[in-house]
Amino acid sequence: MLLTLLAATGFALLRIRNLFAVVMLAGVYSLLSAGLFTVMDAVDVAFTEAAVGAGISTVLFLGALALCGHHESKPGHTPLLPLFVVCLTGAALVYGTMDMPGFGEASNPVHHHVADHYLEESYGEIGIPNVVTSVLASYRGYDTMGETTVVFAAAVGVMILLVGGARARRARGGGEEG
Amino acid sequence: MTLDLLLTHYNYWVVIFLMMVGFYILISRGNLIKKIVGLNVFQTSVFMLYISLGKITEGTPPILVDGYGDADVVYSNPLPHVLILTAIVVGIATTSVGLALAVRIKEAYGTLEEDEITGIEAGIEPAGEAGG
Amino acid sequence: MREEIIVRVGAKVLAPFIIMFALYVHFHGDYSPGGGFQAGVILAAAFALLALVYGLEEVQRVLPPWFVRGCAALGVVIFAGVGVVTMLLGHNYLAYNALAPDPTHPEHGQHYGILLVELGVLVTVFGVMATVFYLFAGRKGQAP
Repeated sequence: MLLTLLAATGFALLRIRNLFAVVMLAGVYSLLSAGLFTVMDAVDVAFTEAAVGAGISTVLFLGALALCGHHESKPGHTPLLPLFVVCLTGAALVYGTMDMPGFGEASNPVHHHVADHYLEESYGEIGIPNVVTSVLASYRGYDTMGETTVVFAAAVGVMILLVGGARARRARGGGEEG
Repeated sequence: MTLDLLLTHYNYWVVIFLMMVGFYILISRGNLIKKIVGLNVFQTSVFMLYISLGKITEGTPPILVDGYGDADVVYSNPLPHVLILTAIVVGIATTSVGLALAVRIKEAYGTLEEDEITGIEAGIEPAGEAGG
Repeated sequence: MREEIIVRVGAKVLAPFIIMFALYVHFHGDYSPGGGFQAGVILAAAFALLALVYGLEEVQRVLPPWFVRGCAALGVVIFAGVGVVTMLLGHNYLAYNALAPDPTHPEHGQHYGILLVELGVLVTVFGVMATVFYLFAGRKGQAP
């Protein structure tokens, strides 16, 4: 049900040309996917998606739109080639899923590699009930550290792009408008 | 048989549909911000694929009941959750870099449409040579 | 939006609760869904709300840009620093068992380790989100 709703939102995203509405729909899309994550037991992920996707990301998009204007012009070329490429890729992916195990079966191979260890041993080794937190911060602490660094690097990148640009414009006498 | 396949694979197919919608937006639309939205849709669909892999029917969220996992409580797989948790935050970080780039391009060229930017590039280059 | 009294009062009432909720999400992350990432984002969202309603300058008086930039770097330092501390205590990098106050129960160290590391994540994510928001919102637009 939620999935169908998501598909409809995705399709609307494709058609609408007013970027303002697109950004709002993207927020709705995020919220729907957060609901879907809750249904599929990923409460931590749902929480993050709701806070990030529907909250901060919408605010950032709106900030960018305020700077850039919100009209998208009609694409000049025919959509046939992209459509063909997309259909081909989609067909290949659907063909790939034919070999995949069914949704939600406990015997799927993905559940029997390290997940068993996390679920059975982590309370003795770490001592906290939320397995997601203990895997995130302890077993995979290196991952999380690298990821924190990536987020920091992204902030540095944004700072270089936006702060440096402002300074350069001032140096040129604040002209270049329009 | 066919119905069975449909029921067990419906999740994957919708995910693929969404992924393709994102991909289509990405390659067919000229506006850079629309492209970033498309990239986000694509990204979220990948998240959904991972989370659907981690789901076990009748499972509960991987927060241990009474400290230790009883044999009769089925927990969903926590590993995809962890991976996607970090991926979401990295995703918003990269999105913000993309938006910053878009803002700078808008300031430099006065437009966000790919075709117009290409046109300006082609038109400006001879002028730049003459001026420099 | 600055003249709308309902929005102004509503934001003023809500903001402290959002900040409280962020801290709850962080410190209760061991037992319920949540953790540093979510808490950092929620905290940044609280300040983004205030900035949208009251204007960027007011928020930047409370939370200056250099401060949030420092936060973004500080969080990474906290995270990496925990690893260095465990190394100095004679364990592997990021092996939180070293942090246990009572050596007979090494798993207690995991609590401290996870809480500290998540604090690093919280500080970084908050700093990054607030920095990015400041940069986008503070830029003089030339929108048509």
